[in-house]
Amino acid sequence: MNATSSGPEIRAAKYSPAGIAAGLIRRFSAAAKRYRIEWWILVAGAVVIAAIVSMTLFPHLFTHFRPEDMNAGPQMKPPSAAHLMGTDNLGRDVWSRIVYGARTILGVAIAASLASALIGIPLGLVSGFSGGLGDKALSLVMDSIYSFPGLILAIAFAAMLGPGVINITVAVAVVYVPTYFRLVRGQTLSIKQELYVEAAHAIGARRPTVLAKYIFPNVIATVVVVFSLNIADAIMTEAALSYIGLGLPAGMPDWGMDLSMGKKFLPSGVWWMITYPGLMIMLLALGFTMLGEGLSEILNPRLQEY
Amino acid sequence: MPDSANEPILDIRDLSIIYPISIGTVHAVQDVTLSLYKGEVLGIVGESGCGKSTLGLSILKLMKPPGRISSGSILYKGTDILGMDDRALLDMRGRNIAMIFQNPLTSLDPLMSVERHFIEAIQVHEPHTGVAECIERAKKILSDLGIEGNRLKEYPYQLSGGMRQRIMIGLALILHPDILLADEPTTALDVIVEAGFTELLIRLHELYSLTVVLISHNLGLVAQMADRIAVMYGGRLVELATVNQIFEKPLHPYTQGLMNCVPNILLEQKELNAMPGSPPDLVGEPKSCPFAPRCPKAMDICRSRVPPLKDYGGRQTACWLYEGGV
Repeated sequence: MNATSSGPEIRAAKYSPAGIAAGLIRRFSAAAKRYRIEWWILVAGAVVIAAIVSMTLFPHLFTHFRPEDMNAGPQMKPPSAAHLMGTDNLGRDVWSRIVYGARTILGVAIAASLASALIGIPLGLVSGFSGGLGDKALSLVMDSIYSFPGLILAIAFAAMLGPGVINITVAVAVVYVPTYFRLVRGQTLSIKQELYVEAAHAIGARRPTVLAKYIFPNVIATVVVVFSLNIADAIMTEAALSYIGLGLPAGMPDWGMDLSMGKKFLPSGVWWMITYPGLMIMLLALGFTMLGEGLSEILNPRLQEY
Repeated sequence: MPDSANEPILDIRDLSIIYPISIGTVHAVQDVTLSLYKGEVLGIVGESGCGKSTLGLSILKLMKPPGRISSGSILYKGTDILGMDDRALLDMRGRNIAMIFQNPLTSLDPLMSVERHFIEAIQVHEPHTGVAECIERAKKILSDLGIEGNRLKEYPYQLSGGMRQRIMIGLALILHPDILLADEPTTALDVIVEAGFTELLIRLHELYSLTVVLISHNLGLVAQMADRIAVMYGGRLVELATVNQIFEKPLHPYTQGLMNCVPNILLEQKELNAMPGSPPDLVGEPKSCPFAPRCPKAMDICRSRVPPLKDYGGRQTACWLYEGGV
């Protein structure tokens, strides 16, 4: 037998810190060898996300300026050693606004994606599993939401709800509920035809049990990929909403808002106020897209090349 | 073996199952009456689409929608399964009547270890059984099936087809059901594995005093295992007799045709026999014997009236040929 009968000394080593580290390194290099480019796309995405997430957790490690501090430096000075990304029209440090602004965009994007997943997944599961009139009605509603261009819908909701972090999160979340619903419903429809689901019915499992223990775990793998891609999309939507001024209270550090602020001064040659927030939005969205694509290549055996 | 003193453990009476579809009603199973006695192996044979799988699924009331039972009853130890509420039905599935499916390769959840499958199967009916005890019981049954206990931690993709099939049987038998429904259990397996499976099922049949319903189109398998054989054609039961009676003297022309199709290695015959014609269209109420268009002995009456299933001294057949006796 193979791993199942590994000796006691190997088993003991497996649980020591050094053993765990060695195991991780081995797995990492094995995966890198096996998947090649997809693996590096995934790692690159993860590194970008990790860097930006650590900005939100420990902003003081990245900058010693406060984002609201109007006396951080002279007004509208180009990037220099003291101000890596220059200063804005109010004398605030652009880099510090980027660092603290990461919290807003990441928070809204992740919270909105989580909210739409938490609503869309259960609805899709139950709808696909039960079928019938309820399923038809719900699908119609979801498809009509889906048929709207996402940004237009988000703008409509944001305008309706008014400014505020919670409201903008809700506006973004509404747009993405159908994404999860449609994906999960479709997967559920195909998984519920599988023989092992029929077998679960045949051993007398109740319908909720079949749904939770047999269908849900088989559906969720695809959702992980979409979740990551969805965050990337939500980032763009959040940035767009705050860019057009439909989102957050003024003064709050936010990449989208800084972008629109920078636009005003671009004609006078102040390129750094608009360039850096724009680059950051792109970088963050790219990070999640790469993570999602990498995951999808690795998790989906049908996409594997030999 | 049928025994007049013995109450049937499962009694199917005048069972009809229909599938309403856009172009009409498909009569998948029609007026099937069949008794199953404790300890026997009943083979149900027939070609694809004759209703044998639907009949098997209906015993657990698991027909796929829009299929439904339009008339008849299925009595399990005297209680009508079709009248059971959901709770009683769930309680019966797996515990009293268990089923193994056509394709063992896809009957196990790819994300569950073997051990998890057993824990689920046991805890569905005995929620207070601890995990350790479930594993203990699983090990015991797997050793009967010739699978080592250390396989319990593995996932379906790590197991061969034959092993997966044996695990399916283990799952079906873990709660010691009275009846095992096996729906084409060897169709997806190669002949070597099939031979091993057959031996195993025969051994388990004795070991667990099982009553088995073996649904198959493989006459060889059925001949080897079954005590009695029910032959189905076009949703109807056309012949029911013991294995010896069927193989020595098949009565119904369809059964005779089936026997003809089995190649005989002793004959200097190069070509395989096939039955001419195609299976009947099951849409709409039939007005003639469903086999009449393909029957070499068809008479006028066959094309105008459906023959009823009649008893001919311990065996039954539905054919106008034997109106005057066998």
